[in-house]
Amino acid sequence: MYSDQRVARFISDQLEPVRVHVRDQKDEYKRLSERYNAQWTPTVLVLDSEGEERHRIEGFLPAGDFLSQVALGLAKSAFQRKDYADAERRYREIVDQFSSTDAAAEALYWAGVSKYKASGDASALKATNTAFRERYQDTAWAKKASVWE
Amino acid sequence: MPTASSSITWSHDFDSALTQARANKRGILLDFTAAPM
Repeated sequence: MYSDQRVARFISDQLEPVRVHVRDQKDEYKRLSERYNAQWTPTVLVLDSEGEERHRIEGFLPAGDFLSQVALGLAKSAFQRKDYADAERRYREIVDQFSSTDAAAEALYWAGVSKYKASGDASALKATNTAFRERYQDTAWAKKASVWE
Repeated sequence: MPTASSSITWSHDFDSALTQARANKRGILLDFTAAPM
């Protein structure tokens, strides 16, 4: 995953990368795996600037899917700190740039929620439901958006 | 001692990275791995 230049550049630009090895750093691995309840490798966590977990990736993913999941973690971090404009921008970038990944439907849902949270305008939710009629119809996220009539 | 993989420079010191993340208001990518380093 990390040998992909897109992945390497994105992580280097956006995050502080920390690697803990199960055998070479036994004590540190035990301490951090207990703190974050990591029970498998690879487990990759996107943490916010206070060290709080915002997204979890367990198991190997191809580069594009992995990158979309890391981006999802950053969007969730923005949402959690109530920066809804930044969150919406990040979620929509995932939909646009990683449209064929599993992250895209989740991002489409939360982009609508972010827009609603920023504006208080419920039409953002209705528009999201409408968007799900054209794509990602078979996902749980489309079902969740279906109540926004 | 940080190590490089492709163009990523990995820290292996979580506490220092967290201090850096707080100062720079950046997130952390924490990779629990069994891969050769």
